[in-house]
Amino acid sequence: MDLFEIFNYGFVQRAMMAGILIASVSALLGMFLVLRRFSLIGDGLAHATFGSVAVVLLIGISPLYVTLAALPLVIISSLAIYKLTSSRKINADAAIGIVSSVGIAAGIILASLSGGFNVDLFSYLFGNILTVNNTELLLSFIVFVMVLAVVIYFYDDLFAVTFDQELAQSMGVKTRRINVILFLLTAVAAVLAMKVAGIMLVSALLILPALTALQLSVSFKTTMMVAVGFSILAVVCGIIFAFVLNLPAGATIVLFNICFLLMVFAAKKLSILRR
Amino acid sequence: MPIIHVEDLTFRYDGMDAISDITFAVEKGIYMGIVGPNGSGKSTLIKNILGILQPEQGRVELFGKSIAHFRQWEKIGYLPQRLSALNAHFPGTVEEIVQMGLPKRDSVMLRRTLEMMAIAHLASRLIGELSYGEQQRAMLARALMRRPELLIFDEPTTALDPETREIFYSLTQEMSRMDGTTVILITHDIGVIGQYAQNLLYLDKKVIFLGTFKDFCSSRDMTGLFGPTSQHIICHQHDQIRSNG
Repeated sequence: MDLFEIFNYGFVQRAMMAGILIASVSALLGMFLVLRRFSLIGDGLAHATFGSVAVVLLIGISPLYVTLAALPLVIISSLAIYKLTSSRKINADAAIGIVSSVGIAAGIILASLSGGFNVDLFSYLFGNILTVNNTELLLSFIVFVMVLAVVIYFYDDLFAVTFDQELAQSMGVKTRRINVILFLLTAVAAVLAMKVAGIMLVSALLILPALTALQLSVSFKTTMMVAVGFSILAVVCGIIFAFVLNLPAGATIVLFNICFLLMVFAAKKLSILRR
Repeated sequence: MPIIHVEDLTFRYDGMDAISDITFAVEKGIYMGIVGPNGSGKSTLIKNILGILQPEQGRVELFGKSIAHFRQWEKIGYLPQRLSALNAHFPGTVEEIVQMGLPKRDSVMLRRTLEMMAIAHLASRLIGELSYGEQQRAMLARALMRRPELLIFDEPTTALDPETREIFYSLTQEMSRMDGTTVILITHDIGVIGQYAQNLLYLDKKVIFLGTFKDFCSSRDMTGLFGPTSQHIICHQHDQIRSNG
């Protein structure tokens, strides 16, 4: 089969479009999260997503709308992490751990209540971007536009808060508003990323492209664009390889992200050695 | 109208008074040094003035407006004691950091400010790649870049070499004298600050002394606090710096 023939399939086209949109969103948000040492928020929110999906499935909502229906609970979880973190008495990693455990525990109990092993629920653990439906594609597009608009409009504020929160406050930046926006968008991105990589690998989509780009930093804006570039490339390569070799798409995408990171690390090391 | 007006300010960390009943005002063009031992609440006071911390009681006014309604942040240049957690991997360049928060990019002003702090050659370098002293100079350039009406520095010279330290003090003194810029400087170095600052605020959770450096040297209360020898050394050191300068 010609490689380009796979793009004739409607589900591959949807997967590519949604994948590129979600990859861009994850990479953009990931930059701010990694630099602010909130790398594991993706994991925490993914686990909250697990609990939310369990609730949604228990209620009996159609699988077509699970992503949309899981959103409110994940958003509440992200605000809970923010609230716990800003109390200054609990560190960010501990706050994420609390919300994460609640999500997983709730998910397992609800799965058990629904009558034992629930195939639908556990299919979300590993995700499958090739099953993206039109509602999810539309949601991905809306979130992409929202994130892009926020990053462009609040760029100076996001830059200042990421550099130093107290300094940003002294410049009149409304840091609380910026933080809440960042957490809310991350919650939405985590739910969408669940479809691409599965609950187990959501944080990889947020962390890896940013980490790779940070190895090549020349300026803040350039690093953000490089992160988006690596993220998109990993999704495109991942979907093609997964389809051709009949591999799980989410894991393949994540492995491509890791390959890029290792390649950049190696290239950097070599260039240092040659100097 | 004072540039800063603080009244009955009290702030507590976990129920313990970090500062209490602080009252003072700073007029336009004044160069004021805030001194005091470690843990005396100097940085806490500044953070309350800038709205970074919310006081338990009391009032802060900046440029005649209560802190809750103050919006003209471009009038203030602030350099924190140390960046709370400067990430060595932060991908911002010196140029990006110095221009942070400016409504308009001004390349002429940028070059002039960077040259003044002797870091023009580092403009496109990442902030995390620089030494602590170079980072501090970049942060000073950021505070000065806005040409603010009020400059607040929290121990700005700790990582600077003597030459840059001297440039910094002279520059801020000149800004205060020539442009009427109000300068608040937190330091441990009472002797040095006496050379530049008109007013001195000695803080130890409360205001212990507020007045001129000359008043400080002749104050019997301060003699009681420091002992005659220490007070003499501080004031003598100041006289020596003056005569050398």
